[in-house]
Amino acid sequence: MNQLTAILEGIGSTMLLLVRSLSHVGTLPRQRARFIEQCFMIGYTTLPIVAILSFFIGSVLALQAGYSMQNVGAKQFIGSLVGLSMARELGPVMVAILLAGRVGSAIAAELASMKVYQEVDALVTMNIPPERMLVLPRLAAALVMVPVLAIIANLVGWFGGAIVAKYVSFISIDPPAYFSALRRYTEFKDVMNGLIKTEVFGFVVVLVCCNIGLNTRGGPREIGASVTRAVVTSLILILVLDYFVTKALL
Amino acid sequence: MPDSASTPTRNPFTQTETPAVGVKIEGLSKSFGRHQVLKDITFSVAPGEIFVLMGPSGSGKSVLLKHIVGLETPSAGRVFVDTFDATSEETRERVRMALVFQAGALFNSLSVYDNLALYPREHRLADEAGIREKVMRALQILSLENAASKFPAELSGGMKKRVAIARALVMEPQLMLYDEPTSELDPVMSATISEIIATLKDEFHVTSIVVSHDRDLALSIADRVGILMGGELIYVGPPAGLRDPQDPRIADFLNPRIDIKNPRFKKLET
Repeated sequence: MNQLTAILEGIGSTMLLLVRSLSHVGTLPRQRARFIEQCFMIGYTTLPIVAILSFFIGSVLALQAGYSMQNVGAKQFIGSLVGLSMARELGPVMVAILLAGRVGSAIAAELASMKVYQEVDALVTMNIPPERMLVLPRLAAALVMVPVLAIIANLVGWFGGAIVAKYVSFISIDPPAYFSALRRYTEFKDVMNGLIKTEVFGFVVVLVCCNIGLNTRGGPREIGASVTRAVVTSLILILVLDYFVTKALL
Repeated sequence: MPDSASTPTRNPFTQTETPAVGVKIEGLSKSFGRHQVLKDITFSVAPGEIFVLMGPSGSGKSVLLKHIVGLETPSAGRVFVDTFDATSEETRERVRMALVFQAGALFNSLSVYDNLALYPREHRLADEAGIREKVMRALQILSLENAASKFPAELSGGMKKRVAIARALVMEPQLMLYDEPTSELDPVMSATISEIIATLKDEFHVTSIVVSHDRDLALSIADRVGILMGGELIYVGPPAGLRDPQDPRIADFLNPRIDIKNPRFKKLET
């Protein structure tokens, strides 16, 4: 029963935080510096790990597909398999998971620390809404940067698949053939659906991590607990939302 | 009631005057779960007064302060700042009040200058040149000009407290609240902070409520003192009344005798 109450309270406080943050949306133009700083944090600093992981995910996909398909003479479809898998599922989910682990944990730690050391209380006494200064720029930056990360993840993953398809001896498919198959079966709609999913995941991850950070009470130990809770909650939400958003987009 | 009760608060930057504000607390009680922290507290602080609230650790002083600034909501009773209910967000818009937190609560990611400039920037009170002038004036009042570019992590405990007071001053407050301003400071720095609080009152007629354990601070600068014990207000009056207290609880709190043979901690409830 207590668990259920905690979950309902969490949903309620997250929704309240969203509404309060959106009520300050008019202040975004004069928060340019904070918005750009958050774009840098969410986008630029996450880019290398997104690129590395998507390269190897694309490579492994091509490798597995090549190994399984070589006996049935379906190697020419490796490009389409990698293209569709990255665009529709692996790209969005992988970017969201990396976002939860790298950006979400950092957001939760920073806001929890500000809360524990009374910096958030100081903002309230200064009549500066924490939602306006701490949450809104992060949400806006996530909306802008997450699709960019997803596009890069797709491109790098496709490229990784192409390299494996070309240089692994039992596959040996030239890049023109690989990309031709990829283009034939991966439509613009597939890529767009993937981007919509990433956008939803990214927004939810940032919102949930902000909420958990700002609701931290206690001392330094609770900062660590909040970070763990933020990442675990984000991961669960990503996978649950993945089913429902995918179903809605089919 | 101090002589300065009717004296308006003077803005330290523009020298303009606004009416000083008072605080009225009526039957305030606060519980966290089953634990009652404040029990039916009633008192008022006159405009322009320095009111020092003393009491042992855990007696509810800081919780009371948070009620005045609107960070906590009463379980029962009401708190008024000037004529406004402290729980209303409107109060923070109508009355300029600043809280100096015990640990300073400085923004660690911002320099001292940016800590002070945050309030006027966020409320768009002046252009960048005006903000710079105001911030440097506040730093000058507290002799902190050389700390402007430093970050909070580079400051000593005493400097952090002074920066926190300077940041509060930039808000041009009508009401200043101090939470343990002299805790963790050496005696000389404690005296310096006490002098700063008294100077702000004398020069700018800011109403001040100070939560402290510091007996010297209370006896030196308070117009009136309140003593909170176990969530109850057991004394409100002039500091002179504390020089020879009749209540044994107050006498023991202000002049504790160190008894090694019969230590106090062994008598404490667990």
